[in-house]
Amino acid sequence: MRFVDEFRDPEIITKAAAEVHRLVDPGRHYRFMEVCGGHTHAIYRFGLKDLLPENIELIHGPGCPVCVLPMGRIDDGLSLCQDSNVIFTAFGDMMRVPGTHGSPLEHKARGADVRIVYSPSDALNLARANPDRHVMFFAIGFETTAPSTALTLLRARVEGIKNFSVFCNHVTIIPAIRAILDSPDMRLDAFIGPGHVSTVIGCRPYEWICRNENKPIVVSGFEPLDMLQSIVMILRQLNAGEAKVENQYKRVVPWEGNRAALRAMAEVFQLRPYFEWRGLGFISQSALRIRDEFAEWDAEQRFQVPGVRVTDPRAAQCGEVLKGVLKPHQCKLFGRECTPEHPIGALMVSTEGSCAAYHSYEHRKQLLTNIQTAA
Amino acid sequence: MAHGAGGKASRKLVEGLFIPLLAPQPSQLLGDAAQVQINGAPLAITTDSFVVKPLRFPGGSIGELAVNGTMNDLAVSGARGEALTVTFVLEEGLPTELLEAEVRAMAAAADRAGVAVVAGDTKVVEHGKADKMYITTTGIGEPLPGVKIDARSVRPGDKVILSGPIGDHGITILLARGDLDFEADLRSDTRCVLALVEAMAKEAAPGIRWMRDPTRGGVATSLNELARDCGLSIHVLEQELPVRDEVRGACELLGLDPLHIANEGQFLAVVAPEYADAALNALTLAEGGEDARIIGDVREQPAGAVLVITGYGASRIVDMLVGDPLPRIC
Amino acid sequence: MCLAIPGKIIELVAGNPNLGTVDVVGVRRKVDLGLLKDEMPKPGDWVLIHVGFAMSKISEEDAQEQMRTLAMLGEADQAMQEVRGYGMDDADGHEKPN
Repeated sequence: MRFVDEFRDPEIITKAAAEVHRLVDPGRHYRFMEVCGGHTHAIYRFGLKDLLPENIELIHGPGCPVCVLPMGRIDDGLSLCQDSNVIFTAFGDMMRVPGTHGSPLEHKARGADVRIVYSPSDALNLARANPDRHVMFFAIGFETTAPSTALTLLRARVEGIKNFSVFCNHVTIIPAIRAILDSPDMRLDAFIGPGHVSTVIGCRPYEWICRNENKPIVVSGFEPLDMLQSIVMILRQLNAGEAKVENQYKRVVPWEGNRAALRAMAEVFQLRPYFEWRGLGFISQSALRIRDEFAEWDAEQRFQVPGVRVTDPRAAQCGEVLKGVLKPHQCKLFGRECTPEHPIGALMVSTEGSCAAYHSYEHRKQLLTNIQTAA
Repeated sequence: MAHGAGGKASRKLVEGLFIPLLAPQPSQLLGDAAQVQINGAPLAITTDSFVVKPLRFPGGSIGELAVNGTMNDLAVSGARGEALTVTFVLEEGLPTELLEAEVRAMAAAADRAGVAVVAGDTKVVEHGKADKMYITTTGIGEPLPGVKIDARSVRPGDKVILSGPIGDHGITILLARGDLDFEADLRSDTRCVLALVEAMAKEAAPGIRWMRDPTRGGVATSLNELARDCGLSIHVLEQELPVRDEVRGACELLGLDPLHIANEGQFLAVVAPEYADAALNALTLAEGGEDARIIGDVREQPAGAVLVITGYGASRIVDMLVGDPLPRIC
Repeated sequence: MCLAIPGKIIELVAGNPNLGTVDVVGVRRKVDLGLLKDEMPKPGDWVLIHVGFAMSKISEEDAQEQMRTLAMLGEADQAMQEVRGYGMDDADGHEKPN
């Protein structure tokens, strides 16, 4: 695969890892947050921790749209699929996320018409193909995904497709990073910036992190060499006493972002005054709602939505894990009450969720290390 | 629903419900087929039901799967399937041409596999109570000489052999359903692997410790079951895994791991190290075994787990799948 | 947080100016090119695909430059940092050459 395989080249990976080792100050402990869940997944999938010095600690950030969605929103969305005329569509990622009365897949098992779509445009196609039914798309995602939903709604309006609506859960990354930085028990040295979000928003929105917080941020790709190179770039900044935004992922991310995508978003969405994030609480101006001009296609305006608020099980420490204060296995429920088969928090569902990733890829390896250390 | 997908949920159902009630004192580990003795003559017996949507897909159809699947369960248990019985559950209103096509597909597959279909049954259920057609086949077979399959005989140092490229069937079905609107020149790998198993056994029978056909849940699930049954660890070299470009492309697009994708014409074998080369040679010389590889080996640690080693020496644990593989966007 | 994969545009879909067929090592799908309308990609271009939409045009030049930088890692320690295109000069040189 072009633009993929070359960035997984074992020989260069070994060299890049050696460069990381060369650049670290052995007397220092580094804490880097990878904002994006895609990076969390890549770290586990590619076994990157095996390549890094022990004094570089990677903290998993809030960039997993499934993980940060509070259960109340899932309940609200699923309440609409009780109507047998409604086809509930969502990305596969959502299908096992538990609501109060079960996940979308469990609703399907009980007879609701729940379907996986790969693209919001596939949901719109489903509406075209089923003019007698109502197709609702349960939209999730950060600024990478929001433009696709926006464009789909614009197309629905142009074509006058009335049997289609979006239940909008799009969120924005900058307020979440701000919330993390504001949290008192958080100490970070640098950020690995979200590569794919940045294709849309560009690199400028991160400048305040360097200016106000004096921390480097390197916008990074998702292949092993991308991530290693980003860590090299962060270390070079730290060693030189610098804090600036750098773009490691230039082949994909334009510094100014994607203006057409931003225009589509601005046309369809506006900022919500506040939105609840799982584990982080209410964050002001951190999510998107559909503008009134598109009310016909807004499931929240078109239908009665209960507006459920569900508090997470008290023992579950999703918030602390999301903020990077706790490691997944330090949560009281990890691997006991909360497992990938019976997830309590969404962090255990999404393959980007740090708990699920940790559980599938790392947990037993860690146990092994403990055994070996003990022996 | 997850209980049929071949991963953890399936195993829980079998171990938590079926075994305690139906076979409270199992005489053997869970395998793909059971060994029984009738008047002192050893026999292998197995049964499997086939539900697939769509019924026909590039490279095969439900009828072909029903023959090959049961023959393969016998083959990887070290037995040559000799006779099959077949049960059809049909939805009322199913066009007779569809049924005929599948019966013909079964006849052709049985002919290729060298097995006789000796008994059958048909049930028709009300329209809407079944999805067109389900097929159950039961097979009995005769043990292959000198082949003894037992996960408990697996030892550290044993080699893991895979018969060919993985994920073709699962991805073909996913694309054939059409919901994703992806196209690729891919075909299901459905085939009877008996001839390959026989070719390998001829050269390496005493060294074969364990075999499995990695159907639903994929190679990762089969190897996790092995790791658990033998209490050892399976180390897989990522660079040695044969995966077609199209399968890889679809997996990258959909966020899936080829190790979790179903196969219908491949098998895994654990072979003692001194027999590994002979077994691999025999496979690669046999028709349809050209792409066989040694994909890894058995180690002591991490006990009970499957570890994938990357080309640059890092590693990750690969677990069984929970439920069906679902495409993801994040 | 977002799975996105490079694919090559093999053709534009006749009759729909917003759609192009992309190929990812033999897997093809129609993707919406509407988010790149400021600089519509052509057949032969590589784009980053996310949820059926092309998000960004991939720059071969930048990819090659990255590979060159990576290949030199550790080989010329300090001199390395002077190399243009590594990203060290982002603050003033961020406009892409294409």
